[in-house]
Amino acid sequence: MAHEILIVEDERNIALSLEFLMKQAGHSVRSVGDGQEALNAVAELVPDLILLDVNLPKLDGYTVCSRLRADEKTRDVRVLMLTARGREIEREKGMAAGANDYLTKPFSTRELVQRVESLLGDA
Amino acid sequence: MLSGSVILLASLSYLALLFIIAHLGERAAAADRSLIANPYVYTLSLAVYCTAWTYYGSVGRAANTGMGFLPIYLGPTLMAATWWFVLRKIIRISRQQRLNSIADFIASRYGKSALLGGLVTVVAVIGILPYISLQLKAISTSYMVLRDYPDLGNMSTTVRELPWQDTAFWIALALAAFTILFGARNIDVTERHEGMVAAVAFESLFKLVAFLAVGLWVSFGLFDGPGELFRQAMSEPRLHALTRTEGLPGGYTSWLSLTLLSMVAVMFLPRQFHMAVIENVDENHVRRAMWLFPLYLLVINLFVLPLAFAGEMRFPGGVVDPDTYVLTLPLAEQHTMLALFVFLGGLSAATGMVIVATIALTTMVSNDLLMPILLRTRGRSFTTRLDAGRNLMRIRRVTIVVILLLGYLHFYLIGESYSLVTIGLVSFCAVAQFAPAVMFGLYWKAASRIGAIAGISAGFAIWLYTLLLPEFAQAGWLPASFITDGPFGITLLQPLHLFGLQGLDAITHSLFWSMLFNAGLLVTLSLFGTRSVMERVQAERFVGVFADGGRRLDADSLPGHATVGELETLVGRFLGHPRTERAFATALDVHGEGSRTDIEERRREIASPVLVEHSERLLAGAIGAASARVMVNSVAGGTAPSIESVLSILEESSKVRSHSRRLERQSRELEAATRELRSANERLQELDRLKDEFVATVSHELRTPLTSIRAFSEILLSNPDMENAQREEFLDIIVKESERLTRLVDQVLDLAKIESGRMEWRHEVFDLRDIVNDSLATVSQLIRERDITLEKSLPEEEVTVDVDGDRLMQLLVNLLSNAVKFCDPHSGRIGVRLSVTDAQCRIEVEDNGAGILPDDVDHVFEKFHQANRANAGESLGTGLGLPISRHIAEHHGGRLHVARTCPGSTVFALDLPCHTGDGDEHDTARGEHPEPKTDH
Repeated sequence: MAHEILIVEDERNIALSLEFLMKQAGHSVRSVGDGQEALNAVAELVPDLILLDVNLPKLDGYTVCSRLRADEKTRDVRVLMLTARGREIEREKGMAAGANDYLTKPFSTRELVQRVESLLGDA
Repeated sequence: MLSGSVILLASLSYLALLFIIAHLGERAAAADRSLIANPYVYTLSLAVYCTAWTYYGSVGRAANTGMGFLPIYLGPTLMAATWWFVLRKIIRISRQQRLNSIADFIASRYGKSALLGGLVTVVAVIGILPYISLQLKAISTSYMVLRDYPDLGNMSTTVRELPWQDTAFWIALALAAFTILFGARNIDVTERHEGMVAAVAFESLFKLVAFLAVGLWVSFGLFDGPGELFRQAMSEPRLHALTRTEGLPGGYTSWLSLTLLSMVAVMFLPRQFHMAVIENVDENHVRRAMWLFPLYLLVINLFVLPLAFAGEMRFPGGVVDPDTYVLTLPLAEQHTMLALFVFLGGLSAATGMVIVATIALTTMVSNDLLMPILLRTRGRSFTTRLDAGRNLMRIRRVTIVVILLLGYLHFYLIGESYSLVTIGLVSFCAVAQFAPAVMFGLYWKAASRIGAIAGISAGFAIWLYTLLLPEFAQAGWLPASFITDGPFGITLLQPLHLFGLQGLDAITHSLFWSMLFNAGLLVTLSLFGTRSVMERVQAERFVGVFADGGRRLDADSLPGHATVGELETLVGRFLGHPRTERAFATALDVHGEGSRTDIEERRREIASPVLVEHSERLLAGAIGAASARVMVNSVAGGTAPSIESVLSILEESSKVRSHSRRLERQSRELEAATRELRSANERLQELDRLKDEFVATVSHELRTPLTSIRAFSEILLSNPDMENAQREEFLDIIVKESERLTRLVDQVLDLAKIESGRMEWRHEVFDLRDIVNDSLATVSQLIRERDITLEKSLPEEEVTVDVDGDRLMQLLVNLLSNAVKFCDPHSGRIGVRLSVTDAQCRIEVEDNGAGILPDDVDHVFEKFHQANRANAGESLGTGLGLPISRHIAEHHGGRLHVARTCPGSTVFALDLPCHTGDGDEHDTARGEHPEPKTDH
């Protein structure tokens, strides 16, 4: 079942790998490089799931997530947060901001795909 | 009856015997086997109290007043009971302070006052002269009695002879010579006179035996035992009356005053003080002497009454002077040899007194009178004379002769007019003037110097006026009206009835007034006057001598600036070298011969206060406390007494103040230290936070390329049949990200090294143009690939710099790489310019990219800041290149900054100090490792 996926990642090469993985899983993919663009893209079309990097230019991932949760239209969007910050506090901050799941970079591609599917399955 | 030559020969033999004993005593002392270190000798030496006065005079007094002779011995007996407390205290003090006379003692007690010492000395000398004259009189009278008996008639009416025809004159000179032999023979004046003590003890024994011999002979030979003698005497009413106390002139008042006088005399007569205190070997001897001495007095007085009664019965009608009964009784019975023996006993009593008294007085005169005067008038020149010790000895010898001649003068002028006892009592009364100063000084801390001076002066003046001047008047040297009508007819000032006081004998009268004024002034002035610190210190020591376990450091003797050597030289002049060297070696705690150089070195050191005080004490032993103080001060810097006092007074309060000041300062310092610690801690916490942040950032930055590498690796792995083009694209990403990772690791290490100061810099002299060209060569491949235009501008002449070439190239390559990365992607253009102005050269790297956003300009040199101006796909920067470059620039004393940025032109500029031509200043740049800055 094809879903609409939004990838928010400023590191070009990581974004490339995520696009590849999501497309391979049969989803339709949009990709943006900063927080503000992400909010714009969501406003354009609410995706089924967002792969959200934390370290972003302009608006960071936590802020983007909080904004999404604050908006009625985007409140239920699945958010899988990705971060290179490995500490426990970062994970809690992510969950507090309203992320549905959380993955630490570098991640296993298999696990990423599984988490994405599991989140989409819940919907 | 006996020829003069026989008497003379016997006398000289006796004196020779004495001298041998003294010599043996000294020899024994030198061999450390003291003959006198036992309580019996000590007691016998105290018996110098019993002089010719006792020997001849007691019998005379008993013949006139019956029991009237007794108070003179009751007093000492009573006083002896207090010795364990009083005498022992004086001994202890004198030992601790190295005092050597009563003048020294009083002067020392009242702040080492030279004035007081001199005053006491004058009083003592003038006061004792009658006493010495008494001995001269006794010897010459007894000599004449022995020679002329029974032709006694013209003795009492002897026409006054010229001195050189007078026996007493020659006796005085002989005694002077003898005294010099005993007491002033050695240079070493500080030691005890063990020989003299031995001789005096022998004399005491001798006179006791002689007196007992004549007493026994009279009692048992002349009469049938004392019982019979008394029975016969009682049958005569006049003699019977003598056994009652009412026979005393002055009655009980007189008894009381005589007892008091003799109590005081036995302590404070210079010779008693000398024997009991100065010559004391062991203060425990006092305990035994406390009952042995009264016992001696008892024994020597046993036969006084029998002798007096026998004399009165044998020579009725007053044809014979009662003072001579001990001699005339045996002579009358033809017992010539007994008479000679008795004469020698009397000689013994007289010489013992004269020798000891003269030595004691001489010590006082030289130490407390002449020495301070010499010091004042001749100053330091006196102390710098090498033979000061010998000088001192000469002074003492002359003093001895002068004192004895003065004694003779008194005898010559007064001698015949008074009885022995009366003359002696006059001396007692003079000496009594010391009692208030000493006794108050021993037990009352507040007793002051000014009080003591005023008291002794007033008491002495009254004594002179009421006792000595009347003596002269009575002897006919002053008009008799002086006594009967008072001076200038003022009856209120009659010397024997001062202020109209009637009904007292002359001695009691004088004692009453002098003591009243003496003690009264001492107490009053002490209560209302002030005391110097020196006085306070000494008072504390004297009164509290038993409480104060040992010596304390002289709080008042400021160390001054004398060296150890100077002090040693000074002390050596008086004590002689071997002794001084020994004393100093002990004081300096230097042992053995091997440490000779060590000693020399120590001699040049500034003497410690303890050593200064030690020297002062050593000197005090030789020349008295007051003089020693002046001497040591003359060497040790002569701090003016007033300043010294002020300092000492301030000492205590300032100690408290400095204490609180120190506390205050310490608490301020503590506060400052706390502040510093807190800020240091804050800095540390900040550094810790920065380090944590750095580690977190580095780990984040490392995870980013790793994420790509892992993701694409897994993608490639799980998609074996991927298109080739895509596979290559992905592989290319993996390689680039790997390179980025490597770079990142390298740069993190570089940065860590630079920031911690552990980077090794290799400076060499380069032509900056070469470095620019080499850097360009490194990136030339990239430039060519991207078809970028390169504009290069280098100066014609050499630009020499002293730099780490590799690091400088790293910097330039970094700038060029950035330029390549960020220049216009389509028609890229890069400019490189090297320019030189004065001592500075500038390298500019320009690109024609979009420029740095204004927000970013301030942050491009921060760690891990990634400019977001990159052309897509190019940004594989680490965010560490520029921070490292800036560090490199700063290490070389230069500056890396953004000179201009706008769309189409961004210029990074490196300013470096450089040197065209010669390289003078290279050296200063070389090895310079400025603290790397972390605040960007």
